Amino acid sequence: MQTDIIIAGVGGQGILSIAACIGMAALKSNLHLKQSEVHGMSQRGGAVQSNMRISDRMILSDLIPQGSANLIMSVEPMEALRYLPWLSADGWIVTNTTPVKNIKDYPDISGIMTELRSVRNNVIIDADSIARRTGSLRTSNMVMLGAASPYTGIEYSLLEDAVRDIFKRKGEDVVELNLKALKAGKDYFNNKQ
Amino acid sequence: MDKLMLLGDEAIARGGMDAGMSGIYAYPGTPSTEIMEYVQNNFSAAAGNIFCQWSANEKTAFEAALGMSYTGKRSMACMKHVGLNVAADPFMNAAITGVNGGFLLVVADDPSMHSSQNEQDSRYYGKFAMIPVLEPINQQEAYDMVFYGFELSEKYKLPVMIRITTRLAHSRSAVMPAAQLKQNVTGLPSDPVQFVLLPGIARRRYRGLLDVQKELVTESANSPWNNFTDGSDKSAGIIACGLAYNYLIEAYRGKQPTNPVLKIGQYPLPEDLVGKITGTCERVLVLEEGYPIVEEMLRGFPVTSAKISGRMDGTLPRDGELNPDIVAGALGMPFEKGPAIPSIVKNRPPSFCAGCGHIDMFNALLQSIDGYGPGRVFSDIGCYTLGALEPYNAINTCVDMGASITMAKGAADAGLHPSVCVIGDSTFTHSGMTGLLDAVNDRSAITVLIGDNSTTGMTGGQKSSATGRIEDICAGIGVDPDHIKVINPLKKHHDENVKIINRELEYRGVSVVIARRECIQVAMRRKKEEKSR
Repeated sequence: MQTDIIIAGVGGQGILSIAACIGMAALKSNLHLKQSEVHGMSQRGGAVQSNMRISDRMILSDLIPQGSANLIMSVEPMEALRYLPWLSADGWIVTNTTPVKNIKDYPDISGIMTELRSVRNNVIIDADSIARRTGSLRTSNMVMLGAASPYTGIEYSLLEDAVRDIFKRKGEDVVELNLKALKAGKDYFNNKQ
Repeated sequence: MDKLMLLGDEAIARGGMDAGMSGIYAYPGTPSTEIMEYVQNNFSAAAGNIFCQWSANEKTAFEAALGMSYTGKRSMACMKHVGLNVAADPFMNAAITGVNGGFLLVVADDPSMHSSQNEQDSRYYGKFAMIPVLEPINQQEAYDMVFYGFELSEKYKLPVMIRITTRLAHSRSAVMPAAQLKQNVTGLPSDPVQFVLLPGIARRRYRGLLDVQKELVTESANSPWNNFTDGSDKSAGIIACGLAYNYLIEAYRGKQPTNPVLKIGQYPLPEDLVGKITGTCERVLVLEEGYPIVEEMLRGFPVTSAKISGRMDGTLPRDGELNPDIVAGALGMPFEKGPAIPSIVKNRPPSFCAGCGHIDMFNALLQSIDGYGPGRVFSDIGCYTLGALEPYNAINTCVDMGASITMAKGAADAGLHPSVCVIGDSTFTHSGMTGLLDAVNDRSAITVLIGDNSTTGMTGGQKSSATGRIEDICAGIGVDPDHIKVINPLKKHHDENVKIINRELEYRGVSVVIARRECIQVAMRRKKEEKSR
């Protein structure tokens, strides 16, 4: 098996914690993993992405070739569209709906939604509202991960273990809150099917 | 032992900690910063003491690491590619003095300029200084090469460079650590004048460096990092350097190409292995991440030599980093693209964080300087370089670390008034202080605006060399204390700040205005930590 994932967002939205969860789960599954990140200038509110490659064989390239990503997971709707050239013919887009309008010419959101809906395989999810309902807006990332989890090629229970491991330092309450958000995302996906 | 998930940068750091390194010296710079940070954050994991503090700049870092090597200990200096320009003087000469304890210079290049002013290729520096260069293709190689590099350095008593690029520096993968080595015991150089580069001694040592070149080529030929794999299709042979090898194998979906392939991970170039390609193949495709240095060496002259393909004949783009698609294209392989980016998608460049003190500093400066005419603000490398973007359009230059002060001085000497420079506190102590001394000595009429956020902000908030001592340094350099002003860049102080800057703009001498407010990112982190304690 091989899963190529692009995680997209805006610098400061914390896409690296999503990547860390998937990474840890992949490692526990004894899979090979490459996780390319953006550090430096773009982290100041610019467009950022992480290329994640998970495989049962050795992977050499840190970067995903165009036309071969199985999943684009974006925590911001316009950013989901930026990586379309990398999406494979049967790949999925899973995106949050809340725009980050830190540029003057941010386009009309309805136009962005039209573009997103025109992608054959799309899951458009108001992760922020779901996160707020489950307890904290800050767990919106985990809602996204839950909603996209069926496309990661990784067993859901291993993602739960990874969330426990990664948030352990921050206390049991934070772990529970994030697990709840992860499950809320997964439930959203299940109900949509 | 358990596998570790490490960035390329972290793999090198970890390699150093496990390979008996006694000290690491660096100045922050993307994409090299995480090397030092890993050692600092995992200090307790190290066996024994490892010195791990930021230096004022790359030159002081390199020299301190050389001094540690002088005592017989293993040391490492880390920097980004343009940092090696700052450290070029000790670097070139360290190849002549040689080293004592193992010495590794780690340079992180940034092709495509993700966070840099240029995309220079440090392998040229390695060739220039005539020292071995190692170029890993993955995190495990990066880790292993630290052990190998220290040994090679001690075998030839030469500095060894490890050259990485952004994609490896900032990509995470599993690394299997090796057994930890003990640190070297102290032992001064056996030759008491080894490090004394008086002309007579330097000439002797330089001849020694020349004499050892043949052996370094033999090392490369036998190196575990240089692999020749023969293939039946001799219509073309492929030489793939560093990360380019990964993209080559990606293009073949993980399988070995049917053409002969030479993977290069150690320089100087192994002539015999290269000959196995150039001597048997009709055409040679050179794939390298960075400048076409190997391609140039193979082509000789003229550039039109038909047999060699690479960046110089347009087979691959002359600039920018490689990726799987570019390499597949150069191999003549079809690749599928997903849908194009819809035209509705707008660029999202980096911007100041909400609440950043630099915003208020620029707003005050823009109002103060309004009326003098455009083109009077020289600036520097840091977060405040974002002042060049909309809506501020507040700065006119960004060249290299420290150039704001010296360029403003030159312009002032030519009669431009006011001549303002905007520089950060960390950049000021890195390379601004000497320029300020020039300005003081020549009484050049400049206004130095120091955006003091008390950290090295752009790289993520590392310790700044002289936090809280900037005005003392300026006074010590000779700036008239009456013209050293400290302002608090906040909206509520705007009018007062404009007045202060205005007065200093009118002054026909050296004046310094320090706009001091803690970096908002660092402040938030600090408050979080204080709360959790």
